[in-house]
Amino acid sequence: MEEAILKFENLTKRFPGVLALNQVSFEVRKGEVHALVGENGAGKSTLIKIVTGVYPRTSGELFYQGKAVEFHSPHDALRNGIAAIYQEFNLIPALSVVENIFMGHYFTQKGGLVDWAKIREEAQRLIDFLEVDINIDAQVRDLGVAKKQVVEIAKALSYQAQVLIMDEPTATLAQKEIDTLFRIVKSLKEQGVTIIYISHRLEEIYQICDRVTVLRDGNYIATRKLTEVQMEEIIQMMVGREVVERFPRTLHKAGEEVLRVEGLSRSGVLEDISFNLHRREILGIAGMVGSGRTELLRALYGLDPIDQGQVWIKGEKVTIHSPLEAISRGIALIPEERKTQGLVLLLSVMENIGLPILPQIANRGFLDEEELKKIAQKMVKTLNIRTPSIYQRVMNLSGGNQQKVVLAKWLARESAIYFFDEPTRGIDVGAKVEIYHLMNHLIEQGSAILMVSSELPEILALSDRVLVMREGRIAGELTKEEVTQESVLKLAVGRRNVGAQSS
Amino acid sequence: MPSLPEEKTTSVSIAGRFFIFWEKAGILLAFIVVCVVFGILTPVFFHPLNILNVIRQVSIIGVMAVGMTFVILLAGIDLSVGSIVAFTGIIAAAFQVKWGGSLFLSIVVPLLIGAGIGFFNGFVSTKGGLHPFIVTLGSMSIFRGATLLVAQGRPISGMSPEFRFIGAGMVGPIPFPVILFLGSVVVAGIVLRKTVFGRYIYAIGGNPEAALLSGIRVDRYKILAFTILGFLAGLSGLILTSRLNSGELVAGQGYELDVIASVIIGGTSLMGGEGGVYGSLIGALLIGVISNGLNLLGVQPYWQMIVKGAIIILAVLLDKMRQRFRAS
Repeated sequence: MEEAILKFENLTKRFPGVLALNQVSFEVRKGEVHALVGENGAGKSTLIKIVTGVYPRTSGELFYQGKAVEFHSPHDALRNGIAAIYQEFNLIPALSVVENIFMGHYFTQKGGLVDWAKIREEAQRLIDFLEVDINIDAQVRDLGVAKKQVVEIAKALSYQAQVLIMDEPTATLAQKEIDTLFRIVKSLKEQGVTIIYISHRLEEIYQICDRVTVLRDGNYIATRKLTEVQMEEIIQMMVGREVVERFPRTLHKAGEEVLRVEGLSRSGVLEDISFNLHRREILGIAGMVGSGRTELLRALYGLDPIDQGQVWIKGEKVTIHSPLEAISRGIALIPEERKTQGLVLLLSVMENIGLPILPQIANRGFLDEEELKKIAQKMVKTLNIRTPSIYQRVMNLSGGNQQKVVLAKWLARESAIYFFDEPTRGIDVGAKVEIYHLMNHLIEQGSAILMVSSELPEILALSDRVLVMREGRIAGELTKEEVTQESVLKLAVGRRNVGAQSS
Repeated sequence: MPSLPEEKTTSVSIAGRFFIFWEKAGILLAFIVVCVVFGILTPVFFHPLNILNVIRQVSIIGVMAVGMTFVILLAGIDLSVGSIVAFTGIIAAAFQVKWGGSLFLSIVVPLLIGAGIGFFNGFVSTKGGLHPFIVTLGSMSIFRGATLLVAQGRPISGMSPEFRFIGAGMVGPIPFPVILFLGSVVVAGIVLRKTVFGRYIYAIGGNPEAALLSGIRVDRYKILAFTILGFLAGLSGLILTSRLNSGELVAGQGYELDVIASVIIGGTSLMGGEGGVYGSLIGALLIGVISNGLNLLGVQPYWQMIVKGAIIILAVLLDKMRQRFRAS
């Protein structure tokens, strides 16, 4: 256990104008699960990309199994036993599981023909070892996120990986799938595989990691045993200052009802959904991925048709057929995927903020650019969006700042009801807290918030009430007093405690 | 998660500088270089009459390139414009010669038909969820056939002097089609820059889903863009029929290539969301200038097609490299 499999010595990476890694030195021991944490921009990805041969280093040394090495491509690293699994999977959707696992290193028979029998046998062995129910002949595109991830792991193992790097592996997994992943991580560890685990979710790190290394602004801060370090201390090391509260929440007395849903159904997706939402209230929606949470928001927002049921907004019965109608009724949706749903990456900060409000600040179809500029500048200031100017393309901003631009779009519009779908996915601790403050601000101003989140701590800490969804239904409603990790999970999984795999 | 994309864009390599420059003024520079080269090779090239001649020849393609810019900005494509030119042209000629000779009807009906075909293309591709490539490929065949049907296989010739003004008239020293062309460029430029509709075009082209979630009626604007293009193709049909003094069966054949090429050479991305109508203006002029210059030099016309094709590939290649540079 004490032997170092990877050792960094004064590793430095300089991009033009920026020092991404500054003399980083630490070691990863053979067979451990080593967490790597830090805010966005701390240098985690750069470090990983140097290890896997994506970037060349500027200076410093990397030792692998005692030898100084430099990999020139991910494939080079892979052949030497270092594999990385990114959030964006490297799989070919139209091909089968077998083909994906052995892509790039098919066994061949004499004469160069592919030895399918041997490949299938080996692939089956890997899948069996991982103990996940996957048909090796299935097309990868038909698998859910969790199973795709398992295929990635099998692919890494097919290269006899000694070091497996996982970048935010649980970001899009449901709780049950996370459990499966953790079981796999543990059995890999028993096989002597070393795992470098990158995650924003500190709770998870405590569950499966042995040691943690913190990076901040390209500098190495510390490596600690997780049994010997408090979460608050890790956060403090990441942020560089003391974070007083991770989940700030100012409580208010809920006001009058602004949204009421009765018996809402959408065939095969949502069934008999009823609930209400009040002013100055955050109503959390918990549940597994695939339980219908996002679908509920979509239906209410006019994106998907409703088969049955009624919706009242501020006491008025409404039927909403399009996002435009939803918006004009005072609803705002902050979607799950900011890059593909929330933002037009090619456009500037100002133009993105302007999207929902252009008609209001236009004069006979002509844009009032001065007004738009003022609004954008005000929003950048209010939300503390870190951007060189309002003319910067949003594609150049960090994740947290992008998310703030999505919020700015809707703050400029002053909506009454905000739907948040995974409001803090993939953004760092500092930006998270800012977004929570903003939600509080909205509540203070008298808005109502419906929040879907897979991060239980977020649901527990912020919600006034929690709806738990399961298989398209509301499995139960919990008050602030009743809501605990256990009570939510119990409802989310249900009595039929069977594999709730998302697909 | 790529945590450090910003710093790479601050790197100002020579390639980077070139692409930043190219994005802003590359096509204009290419245009100027080509003009200077032809000017040196054949002194006639810069004669005012020749310059007007080039712009007049370009105006038919150019008017459509204006409309095509809207469609391509929305990541769409329209292959049917050449057939719209032929069909609206033959309808105009029929009104002039066979169906009573009303000037009003021979102008208004073709324009409405052009807009109608554009609407059809837009409606079927958005509401039917079909790629516009397929829908307009169909339209291309349908309206070429309809042209032959209306004409009964024979061109229709002999327009009234008033109608001939559209394609052959002069306002002072300037040909009327040139006014139509440059006028539509200016109007489209203002629409794209200054109006809500224009800004929506860029938002939808950049990310249709984000646009939809922001309350933009994505389908409606897509259909509108196709309708505008159809209308402008109808206008081109009028100009062509008027200038030829005849509704021709093969009118507009292959125009879709020149129109799309003008837009692409002008820097509008086939992926949508980036570009503009002034680029298309230069793109159309560049194609026209090359044809004209090679003509003046006495080069076989066959070479023109080869050169044109090479320029298209080069332009798209440069665009691709620019995008790759920005992505890294």
